[in-house]
Amino acid sequence: MTSTRDKFGRPIVVVTGVGVVTSLGAGKVDNWAKLTAGESGIRAITRFPTDGLKTRIAGTIDFLPPQSCTAALSEQFADLAAEEAVTQSGIGTRGAFPGPLFVAVPPIEVEWPQRLEVGAQTGANDKVDYNDLLRVSAQFPAFHRRFMFGSVAETLAEKFGTQGSPISLSTACASGASAIQLGVEAIRRGETDAALCIGTDGSINPESVIRFSLLSALSTSNDAPAGAARPFAKNRDGFVMAEGAGALVLESYDAARARGATILGVLEGCGEMADAFHRTRSSPDGKPIIGCIANAIKDAGLTPADIDYVNAHGTGTPENDKMEYLGVSTVLGERMKTVPISSNKSMIGHTLSAAGAIEAVISILTLQHQRIPPTINYEQPDPAIPLDVVPFKARDARVTHAISNSFGFGGQNVSLVMGLEPA
Amino acid sequence: MADAARETWITGIGIVSSLGEGPQAHWQKLMEAQPGADASAFAPFLVHPLAPINFDAQIPKKGDQRQMEMWQRIGTYAAGLALDSAGVKGQTEILSRMDMIVAAAGGERDLAVDGAILTGMPKADNPAAFLNERLMSDLRPTLFLAQLSNLLAGNISIVHGVTGSSRTFMGEESSGVNAVRIALSRIAAGQSDIALVGGSHNGERPDLLMLYEFAGLGMKDKFAPVWERGTKGSFALGSIGAFLVIEAREHAEARGAKPMARLSAVVADRAKRKPGDVTAMLEKLWSAIKDRVMPDRTAVISGASGAEPATGEERAFLEGHRDLAVRATGSYLGHGPDTQFPMNVALATIALGHGRLFPPCDSTGLERPMTGDLRQVLVTGVGHWRGEGLALLERVD
Repeated sequence: MTSTRDKFGRPIVVVTGVGVVTSLGAGKVDNWAKLTAGESGIRAITRFPTDGLKTRIAGTIDFLPPQSCTAALSEQFADLAAEEAVTQSGIGTRGAFPGPLFVAVPPIEVEWPQRLEVGAQTGANDKVDYNDLLRVSAQFPAFHRRFMFGSVAETLAEKFGTQGSPISLSTACASGASAIQLGVEAIRRGETDAALCIGTDGSINPESVIRFSLLSALSTSNDAPAGAARPFAKNRDGFVMAEGAGALVLESYDAARARGATILGVLEGCGEMADAFHRTRSSPDGKPIIGCIANAIKDAGLTPADIDYVNAHGTGTPENDKMEYLGVSTVLGERMKTVPISSNKSMIGHTLSAAGAIEAVISILTLQHQRIPPTINYEQPDPAIPLDVVPFKARDARVTHAISNSFGFGGQNVSLVMGLEPA
Repeated sequence: MADAARETWITGIGIVSSLGEGPQAHWQKLMEAQPGADASAFAPFLVHPLAPINFDAQIPKKGDQRQMEMWQRIGTYAAGLALDSAGVKGQTEILSRMDMIVAAAGGERDLAVDGAILTGMPKADNPAAFLNERLMSDLRPTLFLAQLSNLLAGNISIVHGVTGSSRTFMGEESSGVNAVRIALSRIAAGQSDIALVGGSHNGERPDLLMLYEFAGLGMKDKFAPVWERGTKGSFALGSIGAFLVIEAREHAEARGAKPMARLSAVVADRAKRKPGDVTAMLEKLWSAIKDRVMPDRTAVISGASGAEPATGEERAFLEGHRDLAVRATGSYLGHGPDTQFPMNVALATIALGHGRLFPPCDSTGLERPMTGDLRQVLVTGVGHWRGEGLALLERVD
């Protein structure tokens, strides 16, 4: 019988359920088919008028009922992904998940439709300011609940019956990976046998798009949406905002085996390191990214030689891809010339707070299928960052240990190492 | 529950609020027992404005200050005070492996831009195009970075060099409870040796006031202490920054740091909100730690917001434990949802350092004098809408 403890004596953490929704579709079957076919989910934004915007494309989810705001969209996506993950795992009973909830959410804010609704109620027709809004705010009690930061977690905790105080978190574009890391840590501490970890994001609204646009972070390839996200390519011009959610049921190996659950994969290690260099840029020496990747491999009890696939952060911004190249090629060394690295974002865009969780789900699918989804839009390789990005076409390959990177504004770096069930 | 398998000490405190800056100023004001709030700046709403702060003292680069909005300055400043207090400021080796958990909401909006859009958009020929045009041309590009929840942590990394890890929890009151709970759990289990944990809140923001006024919770016109706010309840927002350095006893001893208090337990849960649920949840949390509580030597520092029905339900719990002297700090600080719990853990630490409790501030009889030696403090956190938590702190002799 194999050990259920890792080499550090900690409970092994396994994945027994995954769920995903992206602009490509709902569910892992549909997403996997489209990802391995190299399809893009990026399209022109139709949710709101894009007059005057520099970027008018995104990976929106348009096949579900429309919602009033980011909070409601994020809740809808998370609900769908979690339902799929919990159902697959077969854990607990309906509405009684036997562990805590960790959910990565985007900023929850009052948005323009609601602010204008309150503004209209003031009856002021000359000039409207916050004093006017405050005069009538109490007439909108539903907005209080909707725009609490904890509201998405509250709804999910209520529906899935998770235990204890749910944690809503943000580590910017690493948030989804941080949610998983918190779950892994709780199981390793022996506090719980299971955790529900979710990353979700439904931020495609005018102000959110404009905010990233003003930071010059977004691709402006509006005329060819499917070709706009070009990770690692020489002509990459920014990331493409996108929506979605990923959910994972984590369990201790002991608990999963005891109930006869199917093991989809192992969450072997987590690494993190904050960057103190700049609010949006990585330290030029790459030390925090290098340290983060190295920490994750070490935490998994592995060496860089054991990693045979990198699920890249790969946003397609000039800066990120260069720094990620520096990070992986420093840690994996000469081997990085032959270790495949691909970016899901070339097809689904950058799902922001959800990305770490969605890409962990896809990494688990990659391990299960022994097949690597491609990086599309790689017509122009960048000679400065020579990598095997699995261009255009999915590839069958032996993948035993995959690492998934997530890096975000505010110096956030998290890497997750995933593998197959011990033989 | 975060149970201190590995003994965990509080070795640093950094606090700012309407009461001033640092432990001494806060203790002095609490001993004076003169609560109050400002009624003029946001009339008819009351707020507890931040005392004057020289931000240069902890954020020396003006460029850094310019990149932040007020909530981030408050937090980055308080974090610096905490690192100073723990004697780790500038200790690169320790800071590079110090873990950080920040409880945060979002940042301030640009009120002028919002006002101009609210005024102009309904009259515009093409309202959607008007919105896009105004946002594209009027929003400062870096304002986003001053609004993102995780950028308080980001600024602390940049200004103070804390880089072991960086996590930001959101979710109003529960975020503060969970930040302290997870930091303690990790240290107790050996996943972390030293952590910076806390949050900040700028209560002087009409956009944030609006969020709570949606529920009709803004305190108007006349100040009342927390337990005296009527059947609907209300609160005045407070500007509060509070950070703690907590670390494993062995880690503190190895570097010669002294304990300010022992953080023995933090427990948290989520009650539904049917009548009686909050009281029952507090009893459940209490049952997890009550065996360690010394009768007559323990006080409760309550994070009650003043919002009903949560405050009344917490009161019912406290009335069932009349041997515990109660103090609600919201009467002095106002309410800073994310920050209240770390702030009250800090104030509990200060009281334990003095070995006594500050005077009551309540004419309803819930808060009673405590004259004896103070050995332990129970800190409560009850969300105005959701989230309950308790912490147990003890004096280290």
